[in-house]
Amino acid sequence: MSSTPKARPATAPVVFTANRLRDGRVVWLGAEGSWVEALAAARVFPPEAAAEGLALAKQGERQQQVVGVYGVEIRHLAGAPVPLKFRERLRAAGPSIAAEPAGWRLAS
Amino acid sequence: MPLLEDGRIVDDPWVTVADDAPLPEAPTILPLARLQREAAALAGRNGPLGVALPPDVAPEAIAPLLGRLALVELTLPSFRDGRAFTQARALREHHGYTGEIRVGGHVIPDQYLALLRCGASTVVVPEGADPAVWDAARRVIGIAYQHSAAPGHPLSLLRRKLEVA
Amino acid sequence: MNVIASRPAPQYPPHARTYRYDEIDREFLAERIAEFSDQVARRLRGELTEDEFKPLRLMNGLYLQLHAYMLRIAIPYGLLNATQLRQLALIARRWDRGFGHFTTRQNIQFNWTKLEDVPDILRALAEVDMHAIQTSGNCIRNVTTDEYAGATPDEVVDPRVYAEILRQWSTLHPEFTWLPRKFKIAITGSPNDRVAAQVHDIGVLAKRNVAGAMGFEVHAGGGLGRTPLIGRKLRDWVPEDEFLGYMEAVLRVYNALGQRDNIYKARIKILVRDLGDAFVEMVEREYATMPRDPYRLDPAIVAAIAAHFAPPPFAALNDIAPPEDPEFAAWASRSVRPHRQPGYASVTISLKPVGGIPGDASADQMEVVAALAERHSFGEIRVSHVQNLVLPHVRQDELFAVWQGLRAAGLATPNIGLISDIIACPGMDYCALATARSIPVAQRISERFADLDRQLDLGECFVNISGCINACGHHHVGHIGILGVDKRGEEVYQVTLGGSATNDAAVGELVGPAFSYDDIVDAIETIIRTHVAHRALGERFIDTYRRIGLTPFKEALYAAA
Repeated sequence: MSSTPKARPATAPVVFTANRLRDGRVVWLGAEGSWVEALAAARVFPPEAAAEGLALAKQGERQQQVVGVYGVEIRHLAGAPVPLKFRERLRAAGPSIAAEPAGWRLAS
Repeated sequence: MPLLEDGRIVDDPWVTVADDAPLPEAPTILPLARLQREAAALAGRNGPLGVALPPDVAPEAIAPLLGRLALVELTLPSFRDGRAFTQARALREHHGYTGEIRVGGHVIPDQYLALLRCGASTVVVPEGADPAVWDAARRVIGIAYQHSAAPGHPLSLLRRKLEVA
Repeated sequence: MNVIASRPAPQYPPHARTYRYDEIDREFLAERIAEFSDQVARRLRGELTEDEFKPLRLMNGLYLQLHAYMLRIAIPYGLLNATQLRQLALIARRWDRGFGHFTTRQNIQFNWTKLEDVPDILRALAEVDMHAIQTSGNCIRNVTTDEYAGATPDEVVDPRVYAEILRQWSTLHPEFTWLPRKFKIAITGSPNDRVAAQVHDIGVLAKRNVAGAMGFEVHAGGGLGRTPLIGRKLRDWVPEDEFLGYMEAVLRVYNALGQRDNIYKARIKILVRDLGDAFVEMVEREYATMPRDPYRLDPAIVAAIAAHFAPPPFAALNDIAPPEDPEFAAWASRSVRPHRQPGYASVTISLKPVGGIPGDASADQMEVVAALAERHSFGEIRVSHVQNLVLPHVRQDELFAVWQGLRAAGLATPNIGLISDIIACPGMDYCALATARSIPVAQRISERFADLDRQLDLGECFVNISGCINACGHHHVGHIGILGVDKRGEEVYQVTLGGSATNDAAVGELVGPAFSYDDIVDAIETIIRTHVAHRALGERFIDTYRRIGLTPFKEALYAAA
């Protein structure tokens, strides 16, 4: 279902992602074990430190903060991390289609 | 490990013995293979006998021996593996078995009520399990929409209220 | 036992024929919500691991998807009344983003719910006798039936009665809640299969014998997904009073013997395929040896449930000629269907506007449909398995007013059964399992074929799109099926032709190598042009395909390469 660094050793820089337990939103492992909503604020681990990053991220599961931790390989584009895989780019950016009826946000 | 009956931890007089260990005087749960192998010799034994029925064996396999068995132990290898529910029902309904049906393995409290309704009597719970959580789990839903193999329930289909002991 | 104050009965439209809960049903629902609220609390406190919580939340319809939790709410066999639809609109506004997505299992999903809100959402649902029980998990799922039940002229038996019996019987069934895999039952009461009975775990055809007695033809082992299979007929006739006993026997054999070590081989279809005749014999043996009395379906129970589905008070009318408005006539030609009662018709509401998301309805649209149902359809609404809505009982002299009301809400796209009436799963835009997007492909196809005259000229054509091998978009049984898969981190789309979900059920044939996201719409265009070049006068796509086979399409698609 999701790519894990366990499946094969990372060959590119890695960030860690999960869904927040309470509301399910996509979050990224940021500085000092925090979980942040913006991929740009995610902590980037070099491939050789992927295992260390995963261990840190798994703490978030144990502390009931997040669910379904896994690593995402990225490259840097104009200084910002961009996932290599389409699925992960979509997950970072949100649905590619209108995710609410026209005018919904204005009305709410 | 602790044994749960009617939502309470109870004493467990039963001893589980390995394939080749000597039989104690106490009530004894045997592996299926040994029960089948030594059926003739065991016929003369006075002490209560039970068997551990693996999840992939239909109760039919022990049907001729059920009259001698005071206990059948079923197992959930994982709580997601629900074969024991069907084994319990088959024991009660097809074979008219009235002895103890004990369920071990990876059982979660949220399955307790359904196990009872399939005819289970007791559940082996993890060390340190809070019986109050298990007791609450068997009381949380008091209505059923199906026939049940639990004793004392009316033989009717579809909705009715359950009575918890 | 938990003591929960029973709610007052909701105020329903007086003649809407949905199953009406009584005190016992309401008490059950309250207990179930209390149980799940406790499970959520235990999860948030860390007393349940995610591993243990996941199957429990799934059995309450709660998924963790790509971007958020998704809550799938059961619409029992696709039946809703106006009060219930309004409550769904309220939930969409209060706890989601103002819309909902109707599914091929006649359910509705909300894509943006929060775990901590779910107990409140379930309480709001319970106010109108609705729930999310068993809309996921390895248990018996929401039973589906004909969206025109009780209205269609070709109906022999009203399947709603038996769908409700199956719903009650399967709800928290103690033995069949931890099955090897999910289990889907469809039931029809018409000889013209509109429920895809042959591609279900169990497909039931309710019928009458020459003596007028009720009985059931039972099929099992059909399914789509990774291994698409057409079901096998187990019994030509199960008498009414033996219906549930026989169902128990089928489920028991499956629960005991279905594979549990490989998720891809765990559905009953694999067991039925592998055992063949032996499976049928095992079911018969199980049934022959189980006690009959406890499982006998008492005619009194059937009669009590049938009372919920009595015909509404139709007026004595005659069929009339429709008004001569060309735009109305175009819509009516697709959306209006004959009714068994003279002077009435069934209206199918398209949730497939050009460029829209198949199956989506905004809260505003739900309220419009609820109001139209109250005014014109005895307060009744149906959800169809092709992700549209139905007003089952509309007076013919009110069709024009219904059309005007729908048109004002963007709900009168006259494309029912045409190429833009696409089935699409949520795909990778929402689904954590998906390997490719579905919705934007559907949107682009509907835009490409936006010209209604062209669609009408093409006639009936079913395009079904799935974003992964699990086939929630039923791609195997689309006349044109599209399956999105992952190829080295990018989306590509395989195309199958010739599938069908009706009486002549068939699994489509793969046409050749997959197409890129950019090229898939052109490929569909090429397929349609090939059909047009070869078709006889008025011939549907599926009939042309069956006549000329795969080769001309293959040649047209891959000739240039």
